[in-house]
Amino acid sequence: MALPLARSGRRDPLNPRKSTTLLIVMIVYALYTLIPLVWLLFSSTKTQAGLFSSFGLWFADDVAFIDNLVATFSYRDGIFLRWLGNTLLYVVVGAGGATLLATMAGYGLAKFRFPGRRAVFAIVLGAVAVPGTALAVPTFLLFSELGLTNTPWAVIIPSLISPFGLYLIWVFASESVPTELLEAARLDGAGELRTFFTVSIRLLAPGIVTVALFTVVATWNNYFLPLIMLSDPDWYPLTVGLNQWSAQAIGAGSQPIYNLVIMGSLLTIIPIVIAFLLLQRFWQSGLTAGSVKQ
Amino acid sequence: MKHLPPRARRRALAAFAAGAVAAITLAGCSAGDTAGGGAVGGDGSFDAVEAALEKGGEITYWSWTPSAEAQVAAFEKEYPNVTVNLVNAGTNNEEYTKLQNAIKAGSGAPDVVQIEYYAFPQFALTDAFVDLSQYGFADFEDDYTASTWNSVTDGDAVYGLPQDSGPMALFYNKAVFDAAGVAVPTTWDEYYEAAKAIHAANPNAYITNDTGDAGFATSMIWQAGGQPFQTDGTDVTIDLQDAGTKTWTENWNRLVSEGLVSPTSSWSDEWFRGLGDGSIATLVIGAWMPGNLMSGAPDGAGDWRVAPMPTYDGTPASAENGGGGQAVTTQSKNPALAAGFLWWLNNSEESISIFLESGGFPSTTAELSSEEFLSEAPEYFGGQKINEVLADAANNVVTGWSYLPYQVYANSIFGDTVGQAYQNRTDLNDGLTDWQDALVEYGNAQGFTVNK
Repeated sequence: MALPLARSGRRDPLNPRKSTTLLIVMIVYALYTLIPLVWLLFSSTKTQAGLFSSFGLWFADDVAFIDNLVATFSYRDGIFLRWLGNTLLYVVVGAGGATLLATMAGYGLAKFRFPGRRAVFAIVLGAVAVPGTALAVPTFLLFSELGLTNTPWAVIIPSLISPFGLYLIWVFASESVPTELLEAARLDGAGELRTFFTVSIRLLAPGIVTVALFTVVATWNNYFLPLIMLSDPDWYPLTVGLNQWSAQAIGAGSQPIYNLVIMGSLLTIIPIVIAFLLLQRFWQSGLTAGSVKQ
Repeated sequence: MKHLPPRARRRALAAFAAGAVAAITLAGCSAGDTAGGGAVGGDGSFDAVEAALEKGGEITYWSWTPSAEAQVAAFEKEYPNVTVNLVNAGTNNEEYTKLQNAIKAGSGAPDVVQIEYYAFPQFALTDAFVDLSQYGFADFEDDYTASTWNSVTDGDAVYGLPQDSGPMALFYNKAVFDAAGVAVPTTWDEYYEAAKAIHAANPNAYITNDTGDAGFATSMIWQAGGQPFQTDGTDVTIDLQDAGTKTWTENWNRLVSEGLVSPTSSWSDEWFRGLGDGSIATLVIGAWMPGNLMSGAPDGAGDWRVAPMPTYDGTPASAENGGGGQAVTTQSKNPALAAGFLWWLNNSEESISIFLESGGFPSTTAELSSEEFLSEAPEYFGGQKINEVLADAANNVVTGWSYLPYQVYANSIFGDTVGQAYQNRTDLNDGLTDWQDALVEYGNAQGFTVNK
């Protein structure tokens, strides 16, 4: 159905008119998101005492960036490195596995006709709507029955499921993998698995990267699930570990180490910022995939 | 206070135990069966504990205290057959949530666990802790101050041993008082006058900070003689408008409504900053505070002093604020050994000396009256013998206080009710009434019979 385009809003899409209002909104938004980062950068150069006696968006008298860096990695026999390793493990196995499963399942649902497909569709859509936080406690009790709490599996297994990723690949595969191509491959005698791994997966690449980025960000930032599942700090990811450092400032016998919490936070966001910058063009193309019907 | 036999009481509270996990964590989940296992092998004497320590084994200990690591190392050296796995499972609420979840799940709880006094009734009355009187722990009563012993026991049942204590005192920044030309207050009326003078002398300086803290408020009500929470079996009485509570609100309302307390949350980085630079001039807080000041507010060195807590009528009166002990869980597979570790941890001279070195304030009467302890004169406090003041506070704790059997939940919703009164600078009595209504409703829903 063709809707008439609004005449007054018609502009040359390649040379849009500059909007002052929009510019101001974007500048305010950029400041809003960047100021905490700038604060974090400046604060990472300060000692515990310097943090309390200096302005947040400038250096303190003592610059202790290297000291903080060394202390962060050496505090409590280098537990920070252990947490970093745990986070990497959860990301590689959890997010990697989630991406693989979402890709295969989404592709299968998009390209094969079988009974119950509609039911699966409804369940997946429903699952997208349920926040993971709401499922954390039931999941805990379930895992407790299985004797898996306080093990890395308790974090990895729930991370493997990404209904949103599955849905995205499903939509993406419907649009970008022509059924004719699959039929041609079948006629040439390729099995379904071979078709998937040699033909389809290449066409799905932008979608896969998008899902990977989503799941990597989600597992990297995962906080509530590991908080509930794990009681042994040796298995904590960075998020829960940093919170424990922060909580050291509370109550009798408190030992505030805000300088290490801040340095640790800075180190924690760097990899995710790099991943995002490198992969964001895929993210954009993946997000718009399927938005225009050709 | 009357007591039902502990057995009957536990059974009556079983439903509550199952529901609590849902309340503390976010999601609601249905009530199931509770972790059983009150039956514990023990021949009713301390010999069983000594035999277990000799035989050895492995136990897990949850704690966030800074002295735990050194204490465990010293213990393992003295008892080489015993291995203690020390786990920091989180600080206060976070640990309680995990413990409650483990109790609900029936496994995953440690053998020995650190619990603050306010949280003891919640776990003790729901069959989570071993009654240590079967190992003769009742004999240790005289080793601890009356208020801390009272916090870990219920009638004849002994649910743990106290570690630190927090009799309240007035910590004040002498430099700020000198600059404003104000004398150190001994009564709450003088405290109010000092608050006005300090804020007038320097608009950035406040007598103290308070944004609505359940632990502080309950301790202040305690000092004023209030007894808002009474428990008798499954019958709970809540009266947050009793005479003592009203004495406190009358005192504190004027400070809050006139904007004389700094709107800074305790334990935030802003708070430590304020303690260091003099913008928060006093703290009425537990005796465990000196170590925190030294490590968290090094800039305040030399300026801080300690005085007795201000009173309403000139009669010395204090209350416990914070502090806690350790307990043995009913999930422990070797409760005699766990009890042995607990006994060493909170009753042996060696362990207590490690605890004192880390800056803790003891609950043991021997230490509180020892010459060495009382004569300590830290430079941070200008060479003042602060422990004399603090130990004196321990002797002046008002008797008769008890917490709710669901105080962890109660404290978690304090901000939603009384905290609102703080924020809007309205009558604290209204906030307390809201808190009471919410607590009555919650208690009834958990199977208690709650009277107002």
